Amino acid sequence: MKKIIITLLFFIFSVQNANSLIKVDITRGNLDPLPIAVSPLHVDEKSEDLKGLKEKKLGEEISKIIERNFKSTGLFNPLKKDAFVQKPDIAHIKPRFEDWRLIKAQALVTGKILVKDKKLKVEFRLWDLTAAKEMVALSFTTTPTNWRRVAHIISDKIYERLTGETGYFDTRIIYVSETGPKDQRIKKLAIMDQDGNGTKYLTLGNELVLTPRFNPTNQLVTYMSYFKNMPRVYLLDIETGIQEVVGNFPGMTFAPRFSPDGKKVIMSFAKDGNSDIYSMDIETRKVERITEHSSIDTSPSYSPDGKYIAFNSDRSGLQQIYVMRSDGTQVKRITFGKGLYGTPVWSPRGDLIAFTKVRKGRFYIGVMRSDGTGERLLTENYYQEAPSWSPNGRVLIFYRETKSDSKGKGFSAKLWSIDITGYNERMIKTETDASDPSWSSLLSK
Amino acid sequence: MKFNSALRNFVLVLFSTLLISACSMTKKASVDTVDDVYTGTDTVEYLAKGVPDRVFFATNKSKLTTRSRDTLRKQATWLRKNKDVTVTLEGHADERGTREYNLALGERRANAAKDYLMTYGVSGKRITVISYGKEKPVNPASTPLAWSQNRRSVTVKTN
Repeated sequence: MKKIIITLLFFIFSVQNANSLIKVDITRGNLDPLPIAVSPLHVDEKSEDLKGLKEKKLGEEISKIIERNFKSTGLFNPLKKDAFVQKPDIAHIKPRFEDWRLIKAQALVTGKILVKDKKLKVEFRLWDLTAAKEMVALSFTTTPTNWRRVAHIISDKIYERLTGETGYFDTRIIYVSETGPKDQRIKKLAIMDQDGNGTKYLTLGNELVLTPRFNPTNQLVTYMSYFKNMPRVYLLDIETGIQEVVGNFPGMTFAPRFSPDGKKVIMSFAKDGNSDIYSMDIETRKVERITEHSSIDTSPSYSPDGKYIAFNSDRSGLQQIYVMRSDGTQVKRITFGKGLYGTPVWSPRGDLIAFTKVRKGRFYIGVMRSDGTGERLLTENYYQEAPSWSPNGRVLIFYRETKSDSKGKGFSAKLWSIDITGYNERMIKTETDASDPSWSSLLSK
Repeated sequence: MKFNSALRNFVLVLFSTLLISACSMTKKASVDTVDDVYTGTDTVEYLAKGVPDRVFFATNKSKLTTRSRDTLRKQATWLRKNKDVTVTLEGHADERGTREYNLALGERRANAAKDYLMTYGVSGKRITVISYGKEKPVNPASTPLAWSQNRRSVTVKTN
């Protein structure tokens, strides 16, 4: 895959103080989403005609992506464009606030674009209609083929301004694409934009692949492959396509994840039937054994400061979640509720651990504090697991499988997301069936 | 009238036969698992005559049952007789667990079988172990019976 190069030049025109301006509270389920009008971006008539680029439609397309992003948060209610009261170019200079308030909009996004010298120049403004003020004004320049990312970056900037949290729209999801009947599944690594656009397949499907996860810079992916019938953890460079096996282990390695500094891969290694947790330094190739126990130890996940590791073990007799220092000392069980617990994943904010819980034949995705207190179950279903965090720690993505009939028909695997408030559960569209999602960090920081 | 009652008796007999066969059918399904472990033969294949290729496990367990040990002793006897044969033990889990834990569980099941074969004189050098976790169900249905058939370690000839 080619690296997406984006050159951003931010010119901050003005940023107003937060006081008295509209603010969206994302710490609880929002049953009253903020009405927002996203005006189509005005396309400057001096824009060049570039091959393969429908620049006349670009302003409208960008506004549509922004609207879809906002709608997917459940926090905003993008208003229908046919009620809009001002032309895009005029509104961008200065909106007639009272007219926009008439259609019940509280915030307005305007902008204009110019394609010149094979560059795309985009400018946008966010207006608080109630206070009749400009909240954000930014402009940037990039290569025209990056116009979708421009839409996501604008979405992030507005989300940040209105919620006080970093956004998560300019991100990608890596996952396992699944096709074919349930007992002969073909699995490939696939990558797509957070909104389901631009799917690319990274492996051909000749061998079983599982559990891909990004490194902190999103250039490397660690995953498990059954290449040559040897189940091992691999590294894949997304730009060059180069793959290599991680370490020289004489048995199965699985459940890989990067350390927060990206220097190590932590994973399970199965020796004589017993799985323990190991880490390998990618540069020095030094392997370190972290747990030594006769029970299954797997699904390790570092805390964002790298000091702790949450993992899954059945040393109590059944699957539970444990936390230890990253050198393997001070192992402490943190789950004591009824049922089985698996797949702990530390939030990028460090405050919560997401997990899968199995109880009475039902599967739950939940979150708890890193000491195991404050357990909250967000969603219940027939089968779902493997949560992965949005980079701002507000949304979880996971996969869900359906029950199949006596012939194995009716089976499906899909990606879903849910806010940690427990609200806004939605299916994420993928070209094929999908599982094992992993959310990237923000591509432009 | 006479004819009618004869016919009625016939219908009654036919009906009760149907009932009995229906009963025996449900009975058969429940007999296929004992303490959560599959004991049927529907999915079983044979390495040689009288040598079943697989053993089954209870949910989340990798303990060998009496029946499994019996099967593995038969496999060991056959392997001792056929010294050139090498095998792979494929460990599997059902679909009702998390993917990563199931990989570990499949590994532990196949190794339980391997250890037993070695106890009965089969060299560990002739045995390879691989876990597929929940990735390769033999029965794709979402039923307790299918899950019990999928919790297995299968001995596969590799040469």
